[in-house]
Amino acid sequence: MFKNFKHENVETNAGILLVFTMLAISAGGLVEIAPLFFIKDTMENVAGVRPYTPLESRGRDIYIREGCYTCHSQMIRPFRDEQLRYGHYSLAAESKYDHPFQWGSKRTGPDLARVGGKYSNEWHVQHLIQPKSVVPESVMPNYPWLQTTKLDISDVGDRLRALRITGVPYSTNAEEYQHNVKQFGETVAKTLHIPDAQKNLVAQAQEGNYDGDRSSVSEMDALVAYLQVLGTMVDFSKIKPEELVKYR
Amino acid sequence: MSASSAAETEQYNYDIIKKFTVMAIVWAVVGMFVGVYIASELAWPFLNFDSPYISFGRFRPVHTGAVIFGFGGSALFATSYYVVQRTCQVRLYAPGLATFTFWGWQAVIVLAALSYVTGFSQGREYAEMEWPIDLLILFVWVAYMAVYIGTLMLRKQPHIYVANWFYLSFILATALLHTFNNIAVPVDLFTLKSYSLFSGAQDAMTQWWYGHNAVGFFLTAAFLGMMYYFVPKHAGRPVYSYRLSIVHFWALSFMYMWVGTHHLHWTALPDWASTLGATFSIMLLLPSWGGMINGIMTLSGAWDKLRTDPIMRFMIVALSFYGMSTFEGPLMSLKDVNALSHYTDWTVGHVHSGALGWVAMISFGSLYHMIPRLWNTQMYSVKLINMHFWLATIGVLLYITAMWISGISQGLMWRAFDDFGNLQYSFVESVAAMHPFYAMRAIGGMFYLVGMCLMAYNVYMTIRQGVRAAQTAAAPAAAAA
Repeated sequence: MFKNFKHENVETNAGILLVFTMLAISAGGLVEIAPLFFIKDTMENVAGVRPYTPLESRGRDIYIREGCYTCHSQMIRPFRDEQLRYGHYSLAAESKYDHPFQWGSKRTGPDLARVGGKYSNEWHVQHLIQPKSVVPESVMPNYPWLQTTKLDISDVGDRLRALRITGVPYSTNAEEYQHNVKQFGETVAKTLHIPDAQKNLVAQAQEGNYDGDRSSVSEMDALVAYLQVLGTMVDFSKIKPEELVKYR
Repeated sequence: MSASSAAETEQYNYDIIKKFTVMAIVWAVVGMFVGVYIASELAWPFLNFDSPYISFGRFRPVHTGAVIFGFGGSALFATSYYVVQRTCQVRLYAPGLATFTFWGWQAVIVLAALSYVTGFSQGREYAEMEWPIDLLILFVWVAYMAVYIGTLMLRKQPHIYVANWFYLSFILATALLHTFNNIAVPVDLFTLKSYSLFSGAQDAMTQWWYGHNAVGFFLTAAFLGMMYYFVPKHAGRPVYSYRLSIVHFWALSFMYMWVGTHHLHWTALPDWASTLGATFSIMLLLPSWGGMINGIMTLSGAWDKLRTDPIMRFMIVALSFYGMSTFEGPLMSLKDVNALSHYTDWTVGHVHSGALGWVAMISFGSLYHMIPRLWNTQMYSVKLINMHFWLATIGVLLYITAMWISGISQGLMWRAFDDFGNLQYSFVESVAAMHPFYAMRAIGGMFYLVGMCLMAYNVYMTIRQGVRAAQTAAAPAAAAA
């Protein structure tokens, strides 16, 4: 059959051309994507990584809305200069609850994967309202509206429910809640319970007082809460480097 | 009435092609203007004007969407409908569906831009459109596929011409990539907001499989289809090598799909995946250069046209940029080079040498060839085409030179250590050092935009002239009737 097969057969038959082209373009994706869901070594097994609290999650929505990823990466590479500048290289496990991932592709500004805890809340607020006031050479736009816009918390439950469908372990009932208690401990499990989402969000904003104004929850509260948790979930003092090497 | 009877007697369906052609030019002007604007925001940040709607982060996808999908997409619809009809010698299958692809596609571009500035984004580069727009794209694409394949099936020629292979491969690959990269769960049915089904490393893999193949198929394979029709047609010479075009097509279609992971070197994606991507990136140099040589050598025996014909010059310079950026790409996919180049402006420069140098220039050449034939007239001014050519060429060169310097400087500054083993520069020192190059890039973009505006004017005058000539020709006929 193949003996007499010529390229002419392909170019005179739209069906054959279509099928062959489909085969040619399907191979790469199949080989590279599918195994990532099955190979265990894709994701490190480290303690500490948890889903975002309702407030942090809303902050992440704002991060995506404003297109922060167009100038900031969240992926530290295993180089000495990056280690010194940003901290430990990023683990796959650290973004396992990131729907979508925000690793980015461009550093017009610095990497943010471990920005959490590096600056005070006041610094972040000042910097977001007017970056040049704290970093004179900055080319980042001002984001004054974050401080003046009240955070819409009406649909936070729906948002977490959508994330739950994608596989993030937010709980909707007692059974799921207990499962989270086992996995993350009680304090974290409480923040992941969807029926209490609004209450928890307001409580965290009140307690954290991220934007320096307790009278209402602003978008600034949410974004700063998100920035302050970035890269802080894993305690690297408890992990031996050799345990991570096999995942690279 | 007279218009529809004229359409019936036309050998091919040009109406749909005309629509897409005009919109390609409109989106080019809009998209390039937004590009120049956001480039200027980086050089002179006061231009953000404290407005959420035009702040860099929201405005950047408006630029990429308008130029890739608005300009590039409309140019591809226009030329593919032109090429498939003329090479199959048959009218377009399902003209109603074809009209739907036009209005649907324009709606996609407008809705996408509006959604970005009002704060709706999937946060995935070049796939920022939220789920309802993604669904509309899917419908348009299925209709496009039906029209295109339907027309191929109706062909009166036994052979399917090589340009059509490339267009077909682009249509199929785009359907595949778009579908799998946009699987998301909406918050509810009445909001645009959604969350991607995949997360972290798997999501990154899927996105860059999409992202690089948006370059590979949307911005390369399809424009190669354009090249394989318009270069030989305009030169009046057959394609240099038939065998080379077969190798070019199959190797390119197969290999491109593997290379996306070179965007994820040194990240938390497993090494095997990015190494595989780099390996295929290197191999891809061969078919890419095979294609470039095939295009350029098509001109052998007609080299003198380069001196006299600015349209031919657009095409050949486009192929030269194709060769340059398909050499630069594999170079940047090497892990050692990528360690320096990734996250820097070098990537931005590379994309633009491909986009402005190759994609846009081959489109300009093809549109300048096609427009007078569509409206049955001559180009209004060859001199303006020539000016456009030089403005565009100078613009690209300024742009990519600025980005090479700034990109490599950034890479070197970030990894520089002083004598005591400390980092030599703070991050913001690298930002400050980029200012002159960001200004230079914006100026390069302005050159390119001015050239584009000349084209828009030239095309407007050409169409007006064509329409008027058609009216005067029709008038005596109508009087006689």
